[in-house]
Amino acid sequence: MKLSLKLTTLLAPVFAIIVAFGLSTIMLYLIGEDPIETFKIMYDYGKTGKSIVSILNRSVPLYISAVAVAVGFKMGLFNIGVESQYLMGALLSAALGAAVALPSFLHITLIIFVAVISSAFWAAIAGYLKVKKGVHEVISTIMLNYIGTGIIAYLLANIFFEKVELSTTAPQTDLLPETARIPSLNAFLGIEDLPNLHGFIIGAVFIGILYYWIVWKTSLGFDLRATGSSPMAAKFSGANPARLTILAMMISGAFAGFVGIAPLTGYFFKYTTDFPSGLGFAGITVALLGRNHPVGMALGAILLSFLERSAQILDLKDVPKEIEKIMQAVIVLTVVVAYEVVKRYVTNRQIKEASKVVAND
Amino acid sequence: MTLAIDLSNISKSFPGVKANDEINLKIQEGTIHAIVGENGAGKSTLMKILYGMLKQDFGSIKIFDSEVNFSSPKDAISEGIGMVHQHFMLADNLSVLESIILGMDKASLKILNKSKYKDEINEITEKYSMPLNTQSMIDELGVGEKQRVEIIKVLFRGAKILILDEPTAVLVPQEVSELFNNLKNLKDSGVTIIFISHKLDEVLEIADEISVMRGGKHIDTVDASTVSKTDLAEMMIGQNLPTPPKREKNSKQDKSLTIKNLTAEIDKGRRAFENINFSINQGEVVGIAGVEGNGQRELAESILGVYPIESGEIILGEKTINDLSTRDRRESGLSFIPEDRQSQGLLMDVSLSENVILGKQSSNKYKSRYSNIKFNEASKNSNTVIENFDVRTPGNNTLALALSGGNQQKFVVGREIENKPSLLIASQPTRGIDIGAQSLIWNKLRDARDDGLGVLLISADLDELIGLSDRIYVIYEGSFVKELDPENATPEILGSYMTGLKT
Repeated sequence: MKLSLKLTTLLAPVFAIIVAFGLSTIMLYLIGEDPIETFKIMYDYGKTGKSIVSILNRSVPLYISAVAVAVGFKMGLFNIGVESQYLMGALLSAALGAAVALPSFLHITLIIFVAVISSAFWAAIAGYLKVKKGVHEVISTIMLNYIGTGIIAYLLANIFFEKVELSTTAPQTDLLPETARIPSLNAFLGIEDLPNLHGFIIGAVFIGILYYWIVWKTSLGFDLRATGSSPMAAKFSGANPARLTILAMMISGAFAGFVGIAPLTGYFFKYTTDFPSGLGFAGITVALLGRNHPVGMALGAILLSFLERSAQILDLKDVPKEIEKIMQAVIVLTVVVAYEVVKRYVTNRQIKEASKVVAND
Repeated sequence: MTLAIDLSNISKSFPGVKANDEINLKIQEGTIHAIVGENGAGKSTLMKILYGMLKQDFGSIKIFDSEVNFSSPKDAISEGIGMVHQHFMLADNLSVLESIILGMDKASLKILNKSKYKDEINEITEKYSMPLNTQSMIDELGVGEKQRVEIIKVLFRGAKILILDEPTAVLVPQEVSELFNNLKNLKDSGVTIIFISHKLDEVLEIADEISVMRGGKHIDTVDASTVSKTDLAEMMIGQNLPTPPKREKNSKQDKSLTIKNLTAEIDKGRRAFENINFSINQGEVVGIAGVEGNGQRELAESILGVYPIESGEIILGEKTINDLSTRDRRESGLSFIPEDRQSQGLLMDVSLSENVILGKQSSNKYKSRYSNIKFNEASKNSNTVIENFDVRTPGNNTLALALSGGNQQKFVVGREIENKPSLLIASQPTRGIDIGAQSLIWNKLRDARDDGLGVLLISADLDELIGLSDRIYVIYEGSFVKELDPENATPEILGSYMTGLKT
């Protein structure tokens, strides 16, 4: 019985993706494109070596952002502020990283440390406001996104960037020195003729494991999950809601601090006005898609990255690439519905099983 | 005189509980009819059936001599039945007028004809002499006025029969007498009123007839002018319920819990309890009797550390625990069976093998040196609880929500006792569960006491209190008014102290 229940749970996303493809097929058909041909183009393009590297590179920050969001979700907290949290961490660590000279290992450690600490504290503000002033975290994190974006723009343009008269260069921090860059894995894996597969992908795996360990294996994680499941029962069991709220926001923010590490140390090497943004919001989607599960979110991040990447080819083939955005949204919606259906099914089945035991006595 | 309501053979069961058992009830038009009974006696189930919120399993309802079949409150309203709930259903940011007409029209873009409604409402308030300023905002009103809004709202929808669910629970004495004046006016205008309460003094003052319910049954209907309060209390509490067997006392000298001058913080203008003093020896069960809402729940929660106290001392064994967190209090040997197992005692969407950890997630019992939870230990212990407390479940992987109420409760009680506490607080440990589970829990509490455990027992079930306790305190309006020896206590004696009849 246990196995079959697990199987049904796994079937939910598969089912959802099939439905999503079905709906996309209808849409493509309606706008007069050949659905099979379109999917084939996307798939063929998505499976090229170049694309795979690009997909994995995209997945890394997306996945970490999802983990940051999921920490909050597990406790019933909605951290919508991952966006400004990771950007804040990225800017401060980029500025500091460019200003010091250190041996490589220390240099990278320092950059990560600064990013994580500053993101965590930025997130803690929302936790503090919730505990002390009763401000709902959705409101405070959204507002902190605006405030954060403003502060970042100010710091970038006025503090970390030397304006040269008549220069047209966009505001940016100084380039990180070689010692601060995380090397690609190409040499290590013996990959030739392909773009760089960024080294921080290993970091992402560790972050997934760390997340799993904290939330599912530790007593702190038990408190988080208990509060998410029943705040009152958690309180009666001795969990301190105020302390947990601030702590959960800080852990969520700390994970958010890792989001900017891969772009910063892997291919941007500086913070500029076009540093990748929007990852904080995309992370919410991935967390939903992966049901806050470390493996589920990894698959979700790869799936979304695949769709984004393969959509690039659609333009060249005269298929409107907006279809990809619609597919993304349809997948997320169907997954959410499918999970709910499965959850009810599992619950009903459990209730039936349990009442059988009572009846048999 | 015509019958406003004629219920015959109304029965309603929920899994494991017969909430209403063949209720027959006749209510005359233009009278005030009170329905009294302990919590869980089936009053609110019956009213929900009458108001169309629940469907009876058997039986028929006649309103003004015609048989009706309600499938929603809407049907009941159209037959002239209106209900005022104990907890007001008003939005603070609406005016009185808006609150009263809320939901009257089908939502449309038409402009509301407020002045028409205003006149109609004023007509009603004058007719029943219940003055109301229709322009006031709800959040400016006092509790009594809000209640008046609710009553007008119901009358405005054409109610001829008014159900009031514990209407005085939220009122201060002056507001109560004002409400009673209003109710008398309503009655004189021909409105039939059903008044649900467990405050016997009030019921005797306002009602024409009183029906008593107990354990889902309609015990009797009596004339309010001829019945005495003691008779009513006796009928409400009953004497023929199964009683837990008594055993020898086993009290030791060492203290399990000492409470000195404990006073609650002021909450919404009043203190839940004040100046409480008592102690529990090891191997002793101390019971607290009281009508719900007299401070016993808050007292229990303050010992656990989830309800704020202003002054006093809580001493667990030899150790003052006032300043300790709930977690540290549990660490120091406190176990707690909450009155609401589903929201306070269990994680419903989590398996039993994880639920067994709840309350001890930070103790060495389940926490390793590296902060890891010992899930193997938890799985083993959940099986012990399941076995020792006869929890009927397919296994320890089953989610808590899949179990019946009795099995959930056995699991909670089992978990708290198996944690080997030095003091156990048991709040309503057998509420709403079947007799089998009840007697098992009674026996287990007894065994734990015989092993030297101190138990603080809070229960609305007076037979349970008398049967299990070694000493009983009666709490009334936040103070202990009497200490009784259960040897000499009967439900009637307890009841008279609990309702403030005797002091």
